[in-house]
Amino acid sequence: MSTQTRSAGDVSVAQKNPGRAKASDKAKAEARLGWYLAGPAFVILVAVTGYPILQALYESLFSFRLTAPADREFVGLKNYGVILSDGLWWTALGNTALVTVVTVAVELVIGFALAMVMHKVLGWLRPIVRTAILIPYAIITVVSAYAWQYAFGLTTGFMNAVLGLDDYDVFANKWSALAVICLSEIWKTTPFISLLLLAGLAQVPADMTEAAKVDGATAWERLWKVTLPNMKASIMVALLFRALDAFRIFDNVYIMTNGAAGTQTVSSLAYNQTISRLEIGLGSAVSVLLFVCVLLICFIAIKVFKVDLARARGEG
Amino acid sequence: MAGRWRSRLGVLSAATVLASGLTACGGSSTATGTPTLNWYINPDNGGQQTIAQQCSDQSGGAYTIDVSILPSDAAAQREQLMRRLAGNDTSIDLMSLDPVFVPETAEAGFLAEIPAEYQQEWSDGVVDGAVQGASWKDELVTAPFWANTQLLWYRTSVAEAAGLDMTQPVTWDQLITAAQEQDTSIGVQGQRAESMTVWVNAMIASAGGEVIENPDAKGPDIQLGLESDAGQAAAKVMEDITAAGVGGAGIDNRDEAATANMFQQGDAGFMVNWPFVYAQGKSAAEEGTMDQAVFDDYGWTTYPAMSEGTEAAPPLGGIDIGVSAFSEHQDAAFEAVSCIVSAENQAAYMISDGNPAASEEVYDDPEVQEAYPMYDTIRTSLQAAAPRPQTAYYNEVSQGIADRWQPVSSVSDDTPAQSQEYIGEVLRGEKLL
Repeated sequence: MSTQTRSAGDVSVAQKNPGRAKASDKAKAEARLGWYLAGPAFVILVAVTGYPILQALYESLFSFRLTAPADREFVGLKNYGVILSDGLWWTALGNTALVTVVTVAVELVIGFALAMVMHKVLGWLRPIVRTAILIPYAIITVVSAYAWQYAFGLTTGFMNAVLGLDDYDVFANKWSALAVICLSEIWKTTPFISLLLLAGLAQVPADMTEAAKVDGATAWERLWKVTLPNMKASIMVALLFRALDAFRIFDNVYIMTNGAAGTQTVSSLAYNQTISRLEIGLGSAVSVLLFVCVLLICFIAIKVFKVDLARARGEG
Repeated sequence: MAGRWRSRLGVLSAATVLASGLTACGGSSTATGTPTLNWYINPDNGGQQTIAQQCSDQSGGAYTIDVSILPSDAAAQREQLMRRLAGNDTSIDLMSLDPVFVPETAEAGFLAEIPAEYQQEWSDGVVDGAVQGASWKDELVTAPFWANTQLLWYRTSVAEAAGLDMTQPVTWDQLITAAQEQDTSIGVQGQRAESMTVWVNAMIASAGGEVIENPDAKGPDIQLGLESDAGQAAAKVMEDITAAGVGGAGIDNRDEAATANMFQQGDAGFMVNWPFVYAQGKSAAEEGTMDQAVFDDYGWTTYPAMSEGTEAAPPLGGIDIGVSAFSEHQDAAFEAVSCIVSAENQAAYMISDGNPAASEEVYDDPEVQEAYPMYDTIRTSLQAAAPRPQTAYYNEVSQGIADRWQPVSSVSDDTPAQSQEYIGEVLRGEKLL
């Protein structure tokens, strides 16, 4: 019994080892090739992102005004204390979080519907539909922000007449201003999320859907029980990418309100301190905190919601 | 063989592109030895470009001026110039500076020291306010080029119907009452922008106060004068405008251009604005986008006073020309500035671009008088005008005012004290902006 077991084990080990050794050589060669191909880009990426991040971290410890370099002074973590004890930071953070949650949630629903349309439509209509859906994403954010501002502006716009708002100044009220900012953001970036979801839809095995259909599942059941579970990785990646993007919202706010009526976001706050006030220390600290927020979103997405970037690429 | 030729051609074209790029970057002198001066200008109707061309031609080969256009917003102009100057950018020789940013630029050491002979030449015969705006710590650091001021513009028919005697100084109270009676609006700039500081500062100065009491001080030591009787009087005007409902629709996002359009379209019977509105109205009437009768109804007088018998201190604006401390051709640059700010050029610029001259003699020029029938009102206004806070921290002060005095409907008796406290905290580095 024991002999049989040992010999079976030996055979098993003997069979596995040569295979693993071969695979290991191949894997090593592939890994090496991977480094050769991706290495230069990786190094450049680390240099261009790592350097400014470290520089911002360093500068954030100083009281430093660009126009008064002689008055530069080490203040430790004081800048962080000033920011975190200021109501304006929390307002900006709240606005940013609100814009992120609202836009990502709405974009996910509309983006999925658009992805389904792009996926299902066939023939000569397909390229036309896909192009039409993707056009907003091809427009520069600043241009789209101006278009929305002009549309809703009291003196330039037509939306007040369409909505029967008379002399109501949309951009003078926090909530209506944020609503237009969100609308503009949704209009502009929904195509991005629908593209990511379209890639996910393409990964759903057609035979599974077919089998469900044969089993008598309704279209709704097929969507909830077959399509969506098979797209989970793509959905999570789309959510993560868009959430990170939305959290850094700047252009729309800068063009439409420039932070007026309590519509500051974290990025506009960083811009105001660094570029407008030229307070490099304080502005760097805001930027570092923004970076920490973005890291936190990544961490939550990857650890809590188990976003698997490799699976989303079709490697799973 | 073909491959080798292709690669040689590639190297050659790369070298050519690189060489031309390098020439463009460092290109402050041409092959003839004539230095090229780069003049960073605020956008206008092309007047500064014309002056640059004329001065280049007249210099007899001493210099050539190239212009680079800055963003249209004064704050954005400052951002771009400051970032370049902080990087010791030698490609800037001359710059058109808004007077409010002169102290910051001078304090940072970004402006070349002006030789005594030019100091004398550039300030002789120039209105006082413009010289003040071009100076820092009692020394001329830039050359006054043009000096703007706001006037009170009105529809003659509306003022007559309201029974206002516009030959005498008018007060804000009278305007508010007249606008309410005539069911019209007063065009003021209520946007959360620098224009808000222009308005608040003019009202405080007109009431005998000062936004900053010690302009030379470092940020944390600055004493603000917002929490004062003059500050209260300014807040009261805003409260009255809101209470009477004469601010007009969209007051909270209205800048100077939007105010001018509002006045043009008849939505406002009165407005405070810069003289560009006259040239704009004139061309609108000529182009047929506005009735000639409406343009003929345009009237003007000096800025509204805070109380009867007290002269107003109207806003002062304009552009000063600075020579960069990092310019490699400072002598040529000073020579060029003398040409740019000459009385003839100021007169031509006033006619072509609608921007009032800083030099007093320009107002005696018959061509200027014909083009700007309100020339005398502008000259009077310039003499009485008060500059905005002359401080190296103008941006913080201005943004702080814009933040706390906007929206106009939210201004109350507490606003002066609240804004003073907030700006003080920002200047001491205790608050974000």
